[in-house]
Amino acid sequence: MYEIIRKRELIPGRVTELLIDAPQVARKARPGNFVVLRLSEEGERIPLTIADKDPDQGTVTIVYLVMGKTTALLNTLGVGDTILDFCGPLGKPTHIERLGKVVCLGGGTGVAAMHHIAKGHFEAGNHVIGIIGARSRDLLLFHDELASFCREMLVATDDGSLGHKGFVTEVLRERLERDPEIREVVAVGPVPMMRAAAAVTKPFGVKTVVSLNPIMVDGIGMCGACRVTVDQRIQFACVDGPEFDAHQVDFDELIMRLGAFYPEERQSFDLFCSCHEHR
Amino acid sequence: MNTDKRAKKKKGSKIKPRVAMPMQDPGKRTANFNEVALGYGPEQAAAEALRCLQCKKPTCIQGCPVEVDCKTFIRQVVEGDLEGAFRTINLTNSLPAVCGRVCPQENQCEGVCKLNPTGKPVAIGRLERYVADAFYASTACESLTGGDACPMIDESLKVAAIGSGPSSLTLAGYLASHGIKVTVFEALHELGGVLVYGIPEFRLPKAIVRTEVETLKRMGVEFRLNWVAGKTVSIPELFEQGYKAVFIGVGAGLPRFMNIPGENLIGVYSANEYLTRVNLMRGYKFPDYDTPMPRGRRVAVIGGGNVAMDAARTAMRLGAESVHVVYRRTMGEMPVRREELEHAIEEGVKLEILAQPKAYIGDGKGNLTGLVLQRMVLGDPDESGRRRPHPVEGELIELPVDICVVAVGAGPNPVLTQSTPELRLNSRGYIEADPETGETSMEMVFAGGDIVTGAATVVLAMGAGRRSAKEIARRLGR
Repeated sequence: MYEIIRKRELIPGRVTELLIDAPQVARKARPGNFVVLRLSEEGERIPLTIADKDPDQGTVTIVYLVMGKTTALLNTLGVGDTILDFCGPLGKPTHIERLGKVVCLGGGTGVAAMHHIAKGHFEAGNHVIGIIGARSRDLLLFHDELASFCREMLVATDDGSLGHKGFVTEVLRERLERDPEIREVVAVGPVPMMRAAAAVTKPFGVKTVVSLNPIMVDGIGMCGACRVTVDQRIQFACVDGPEFDAHQVDFDELIMRLGAFYPEERQSFDLFCSCHEHR
Repeated sequence: MNTDKRAKKKKGSKIKPRVAMPMQDPGKRTANFNEVALGYGPEQAAAEALRCLQCKKPTCIQGCPVEVDCKTFIRQVVEGDLEGAFRTINLTNSLPAVCGRVCPQENQCEGVCKLNPTGKPVAIGRLERYVADAFYASTACESLTGGDACPMIDESLKVAAIGSGPSSLTLAGYLASHGIKVTVFEALHELGGVLVYGIPEFRLPKAIVRTEVETLKRMGVEFRLNWVAGKTVSIPELFEQGYKAVFIGVGAGLPRFMNIPGENLIGVYSANEYLTRVNLMRGYKFPDYDTPMPRGRRVAVIGGGNVAMDAARTAMRLGAESVHVVYRRTMGEMPVRREELEHAIEEGVKLEILAQPKAYIGDGKGNLTGLVLQRMVLGDPDESGRRRPHPVEGELIELPVDICVVAVGAGPNPVLTQSTPELRLNSRGYIEADPETGETSMEMVFAGGDIVTGAATVVLAMGAGRRSAKEIARRLGR
């Protein structure tokens, strides 16, 4: 059992950050790794990217968007409650080396995972340019945390309440146009955003890495549910990834496969919500 | 030869038939996940045990990969000494209730039984199952594990076993009974490895696996869930933590696909995914359980092994209208156990033999709608002695399906081996291990089961676990 040490609602009712007591995971967690968790005997296993860790305190930070039964149930837990299964760190860690200028681009809840990767690049001595976006200023995640180590912090909001009015990918293009020294781009967020980022960076020939989030069951290479096509070959996101060369990923197939259990996910979520209302 | 034949005939006519296994009715069982073979009662077991010739030089013991003393335990069944029979089996086999159910006895103990030439070998597997079930059902297990039967565990002699499948559980049982402390590290949230995620409930009830694990716990074996060796902890770290030896029993487990067009359509699943969703995650109870289960009207399963048949029989139970097992050779070449094949056919599974998948067809929206099959014909035998299938030019068939389960084997899981460069692998990615002891290229690191041999059977993995356990115990002075 893994205890919840701290809970912070980043966007009330939608996005939450949890600090979990899991020393064996914290000790080994690297940027890019994820965990698989399960909440009850009847529960499903879901993957969540590690947003941060503190090996000395033995804690792991996860951030999730409430979008289905498991995340909704997770959101009912508070400090002192426990998570039944918390397995990790899984997946290959981000390849980080000293390169110079690196752009770390995040959208939606993906900013949390990107934060861990950006921190890794910063610790490796890279000049990190953070680009994050949201619908409006108050929905931006990890802005202050990123600003504390990013050499530059660029923001895009749909309503223009902070930074550029528009998409993060527009900020990315503008930044690439005026700076030929950018060596790598890391993009984590909703699949359409990652696909758009890949399209933006391709003409510049800049290496671009995306962190994929397909459906998983075990998370340790056993089932193949998370298979994605990269460079026309089948890869398992859980053991070969989750990070891949953005210019080689078949994003259309990823979007299609993410919808494989949409009706069941809906049914499960609705059932949970209706039960919860009647309490 | 002639005299043999005559002897067989003469002998065969005098030998009583095997006591039949009570079964769930085929018409009823496709509507549930309960066990198909119901097991002997005491009278049936006694009658079957009496058929044993109690040979002076028994062959059955050598026929068993873990050397169960079949002759003795069968005599004990005749004498009504259930606890004694259990002790006899348990001396060399930590998982008797599992083995009695899933071992291919026809190739092992029963295959070398002196009565086998008559076609009526002693039903050793059924008797083993009876002894284990009846013993666990009585409270006698407490008397066995309550004290004097188990030596004191020496906490300073620690051994780590990676994976909680049949090889590790066997190793743990052997070492615990020799006073060695074993910690088993399991990556998933339930213990048993392939016994819980792979083999379906109707063939091996999960409660049986839990009972066997509980017995090991009472013997002092420690289990840790959610520990992924190579990720959560590395092999060198285990030695730093004071473990004197490490056994790797992580299984094969990386599913193979066929690399044909359309393989990533929604509706195409590896057998591992399909079976894991049902068995480990209880997807058949969705939405009471959260993990959804793909339910298809028309299901195809590709492959001719036990896993293929498990998937096909699972699909029947999930309410499929038709289930076709697609295999490129003929029924005779299928590696599946005959008994499982017969059960599948009884339950309504259809065979589409001499057919090789060429492509999957989709509806343009990403959903599977059919399978294109190449008609095959058998030619000359290949190196394995099986006749090699050849395509019949121009003969393509289309099989309409909405679910296809790919059961064409598994490769080595890379998680541990990739993070342990010191571990020498063969060209196919499996761990190189000494055939006698299982020792790998790393000192005091042993490996056994599918991660060494490639996908094989439960009892072969158990045999490997036992061989390594003997060697580890010897080196630790026990």
